[in-house]
Amino acid sequence: MADAAASATADTAVELAGVNKWYGKFHVLRDINLTVGRGEKIVICGPSGSGKSTMIRCVNRLEEHQSGRIVVNGIELTSDLKRIDEIRRDVGMVFQSFNLFPHLTILENCVLAPVWVRNMPRKEAEELAMKYLTRVRIPEQAGKYPGQLSGGQQQRVAIARALCMNPKIMLFDEPTSALDPEMVKEVLDTMVSLAAEGMTMLCVTHEMGFARQVADRVVFMDAGEIVEANAPAEFFANPRHERTRAFLGQILH
Amino acid sequence: MDSGASRLETAYLRETPAPTLPPPALSSGALGWTRKNLFSGPISSVFTLLTIAFAAWTLPGLVRYFILDAVWRADDGAACRAPGAGACWAYIGQKFPFFMYGSYPREWVWRVDVTFVVGAALIVWLLAPKLRGKQVAAFLFFVAFPVLGFVLLSGWEAVGLPKVGTDLWGGVLVSLVVSAVGIVVSLPGGVLLAMGRRSRLPMVRMASVVFIEVVRGVPLITVLFMANFMLPLFVPDNWSPDRLVRPLIGVSLFASAYMAEVVRGGLQAMPKGQFEGAMALGLGYGRMMRLVVLPQALTKVIPGIVNTFIGLFKDTTLVAIVGIYDFLRTVDTARLDPLWAGPSISTTGYVFAAMFYFIFCFGMSRYSQYMERELSKDRQR
Repeated sequence: MADAAASATADTAVELAGVNKWYGKFHVLRDINLTVGRGEKIVICGPSGSGKSTMIRCVNRLEEHQSGRIVVNGIELTSDLKRIDEIRRDVGMVFQSFNLFPHLTILENCVLAPVWVRNMPRKEAEELAMKYLTRVRIPEQAGKYPGQLSGGQQQRVAIARALCMNPKIMLFDEPTSALDPEMVKEVLDTMVSLAAEGMTMLCVTHEMGFARQVADRVVFMDAGEIVEANAPAEFFANPRHERTRAFLGQILH
Repeated sequence: MDSGASRLETAYLRETPAPTLPPPALSSGALGWTRKNLFSGPISSVFTLLTIAFAAWTLPGLVRYFILDAVWRADDGAACRAPGAGACWAYIGQKFPFFMYGSYPREWVWRVDVTFVVGAALIVWLLAPKLRGKQVAAFLFFVAFPVLGFVLLSGWEAVGLPKVGTDLWGGVLVSLVVSAVGIVVSLPGGVLLAMGRRSRLPMVRMASVVFIEVVRGVPLITVLFMANFMLPLFVPDNWSPDRLVRPLIGVSLFASAYMAEVVRGGLQAMPKGQFEGAMALGLGYGRMMRLVVLPQALTKVIPGIVNTFIGLFKDTTLVAIVGIYDFLRTVDTARLDPLWAGPSISTTGYVFAAMFYFIFCFGMSRYSQYMERELSKDRQR
């Protein structure tokens, strides 16, 4: 086991081995095994309630797993708060509901964590924030408050805010599900360009076009377990499991 | 479009853009406003007329009693006792120093005045959004001012200010000291207790719950009695807290327990996503609360916070029960002066006390409403 962990650290970003989780008596995650290589892009899909959000939320410990091993950037997640903070510093997360801080301006949202967690001088943090806000193409909104922006803009700010911490891994939890249809593309474009730069990404999404274009692997989950994982071309052309075929039949018209 | 509006159309294509128009004028002039707001229907008209009738019935009497027939200058109560005399403002003028300072030595009341002025200036600096340097103001008010106030009010022989025992303090001085300490302690105290009550650590949670429920579950008078008579039992004799400090502690604990529940309401109303967003960025618990959660949660419950402050401000009158001469007690004592005794004199004293409390409470209320608007201005969608 120790050997496996040691050899895995070099080019493994995230490793989940035999992970189980229960909500009360309800078994939400069943024997999850998934290894994500550095720079790999994983798209996780599945019906609602299949545990896909819960799984990626375990990666930065927003949810606690009850058995099995989760190793992120070579650090194993335990209840040790120091390790959790260490992992969270290097793992960015983008939520379905954006979760921007409404009492702070866009710029302050982006500067907050670098200044307080990384102890970066304010001026440097602001330059960094402006760099990423420019990258998501909304530098002109820096002085506004989140409530004044459209959903798509808010989500791009959320991406920029996560990037300001220079994360090694990015988690996306249904980033486009709460958006109006005409705003989905601007967020996906941002994610595509991020993928092109070699970021390790775990994305829970139903955007199958995005999966085809970007994913190295598509993981299909159902009822708390990983049912099938494959390269997107193969996954969409020849789904092997019956449940995968049923699911794809539902969402691809 | 020309071919008749009556024809049912299935296809439509806009040919010219719809013009942007100003909103219609709602009402014209004072007459329009009156009709729209005061006489918009039979029920509204009846209420308007009843209100006018009530005002006509009460106002003249009040104006006569408090202004026209009032006694403004007199050396003793004789003029106020004369038949037909109204409010006795002369008595307020005569007793004003006692109302302000209690029995504080007259040659040293400038020390109280300086404390008042410095405190008021710092509060304005702290509370007016347009003034800059809030951190300096906060440091001066919360750290430097209490030290200055203590030295000035209670005295320090080394700098030539003789000691003035708290048994001589009284009036507005005591009321403001008790309220200010209560307000300044109760907010952070309440925040800590509210966070404790939501803690994952069972011992912290239980201690907070027990404290809040016990303190909130007994009358303030009981807390004051306990602070007055029981605190000295817990500490060595020469450590026994000053007789004014005991009710200060009692009032602070009591207000903290109430504040805790108000703050908890605000924390409860925070969406889970705000906590998760902060945690995902790697902010630890302390920074998450301080930078993300509390600024929003406290803003949400400003009305409740100010409600508690106002309640606390008026509850300070209860310290009289353990022998402290607060403002209301000085008013109550002064009216017993044989020189000034008389029915209109008591009334005037109590009206004056009511005005004092009302001005402060109404001021707090208005400021909180102003702050709510100020804080939500930028964030409205």
